[in-house]
Amino acid sequence: MERPLTSNILPGEPPLDLAAYERAGGYAAVRKALKSLSPEEVAREVTESKLRGRGGAGFPTGKKWSFVPSVKAVPAPRYLVVNADEMEPGTFKDRLLLEGDPHQMIEAVIVSAYAISASAAYIFVRGEYRLASERLERAASEARERGYLGHDILGSGFDLDLHIHTSAGRYICGEETALLTALEGQRPIPRAKPPYPQASGLWGRPTVVNNVETLCNVPHIVNRGAQWFRDLGRGEDGGTKIYGASGRVSRPGAWELPMGTPLRELIEEHAGGMRPGFGLRAVLPGGASTGFLTAEHLDVPMDFGSVEKAGSRLGTGALIVLDDHVCPVGMLRNLEHFFAQESCGWCTPCRDGLPWTERLLAAIEAGDGREGDLEVLEAHTRFLGPGHTYCAHAPGAMAPLQSGLKCFRTDLERHIREKSCPYRSQ
Amino acid sequence: MSTGEGNDKLLPEEVAAIRELAKRYPDPRAACVEALKLVQSRHRWISDGRLGEVAALLGMTADELDGIATFYNLIFRRPVGRHVVLLCDSVSCWVMGQERLLEHLRRRLGIGFGGTTPDGRFTLLPTVCLGFCDRAPAMMVDEEQHGDLDPQRLDAVLQSCR
Repeated sequence: MERPLTSNILPGEPPLDLAAYERAGGYAAVRKALKSLSPEEVAREVTESKLRGRGGAGFPTGKKWSFVPSVKAVPAPRYLVVNADEMEPGTFKDRLLLEGDPHQMIEAVIVSAYAISASAAYIFVRGEYRLASERLERAASEARERGYLGHDILGSGFDLDLHIHTSAGRYICGEETALLTALEGQRPIPRAKPPYPQASGLWGRPTVVNNVETLCNVPHIVNRGAQWFRDLGRGEDGGTKIYGASGRVSRPGAWELPMGTPLRELIEEHAGGMRPGFGLRAVLPGGASTGFLTAEHLDVPMDFGSVEKAGSRLGTGALIVLDDHVCPVGMLRNLEHFFAQESCGWCTPCRDGLPWTERLLAAIEAGDGREGDLEVLEAHTRFLGPGHTYCAHAPGAMAPLQSGLKCFRTDLERHIREKSCPYRSQ
Repeated sequence: MSTGEGNDKLLPEEVAAIRELAKRYPDPRAACVEALKLVQSRHRWISDGRLGEVAALLGMTADELDGIATFYNLIFRRPVGRHVVLLCDSVSCWVMGQERLLEHLRRRLGIGFGGTTPDGRFTLLPTVCLGFCDRAPAMMVDEEQHGDLDPQRLDAVLQSCR
């Protein structure tokens, strides 16, 4: 099985330095792209690969790039921004890529910036990922010395400046327009779209924001071709995916596997099944802002279309497993606490609605729930759903709640009826 | 604890480093979060005096910069202890028993979230997912991550903090 993204990553070993990365075939995509392909040809290969964004939304990468106006229509500067603000609860795939193979990230930035004719790139790294940003800085300075960054790279006439920006917390900074606002040194609240960043992004210039894992695929697509990439997947989506699992499974971790690997295989084979004595209750398939799946969905292939058909979203592909010893009402309360706290406060439904859901769930969990609470929660899943807010924060928060109200109906009703949490009184 | 309020000027090398950071961006204010982190790495927190100086260096008003500083949970606008304990309270850690750990920390340190021990050794804060979920429950102390925590392991980490 091919693992293009993680083949250089050895557990417990430091990442490859520039010389070792080159010996492993690294920077071949930079030479190929800059010396023999036009930016349009690189972009076309990515479009034909059908690569979809790995940050959670799954937007086709080639299409995202295609909205950047031509250099003739809008002159320089334009920017490529890497979203390395990985903060979706349960998700730790980008950390693996950044710490494990920083040169792959740098190479991905160079090739992708070339494809959209960007002359400057920023990697926006969450503040807690200090090791990742240190390793990126070191890799970038090696690349700069070797002539892969800076002026007239490899004599191609292409210039690229790269900066590593380290942030200081707050989940909302991972929302692509809030990330741009943060990078500009403003209070990071999302912007209304349109205009989209490709038209007016960083400092009002054409900008593309892509996730770490998304971009790390690009050098491999340039080297091996779109057809090779599409064939890596098991279903309709091409490529590999770094899946992860946390919770009471035997071997929590992250694995690069063909896109479309079934949920059952992830849990039973790669995560080693549930820990002895624990049963599977439900799974969030792609981070906190996806809907719950249950045992009946175990054969769902983990690709964008299939998970959506099952009523949830692939998200980041990070499984959060709920076992049968933990109160599902408590888990919902924990999730809504997170979203309420991390709301930027800009839109009323999000700022005021999310704390309301948290308070109701906390009351139900504590045995203070009342008749009608579940109806109020249901109303929130509609009023905070898509279309009522500037960004996807509140709709994301409602995904686990909406599905949780169905999957855990009996538990919720029992808490209200018995005025206590059966899991705590055990 | 010493808050340094009597002498909260930026050092000349901090001023130079902030000017260097500002060169990475077409607009100097874009360096503001990194500048605050730089100041905080030496002084542990951001006093009003230093905030005002950073703002002036980057062409911002103090209020503008304060609006940004207070948005970020890793920028401290109040004094903190010598060691900042960030205990993850997001879902994977919660499922793995984070509440029990918090209870242990509360008893052990005699403080809750937001508190600082009277000897100025520890400040305890919650944090969102640290991306260490395969080793949940997890925490971060002074930028070091610690996973697979139970009360014993937690005590060992705290003991190593002078």
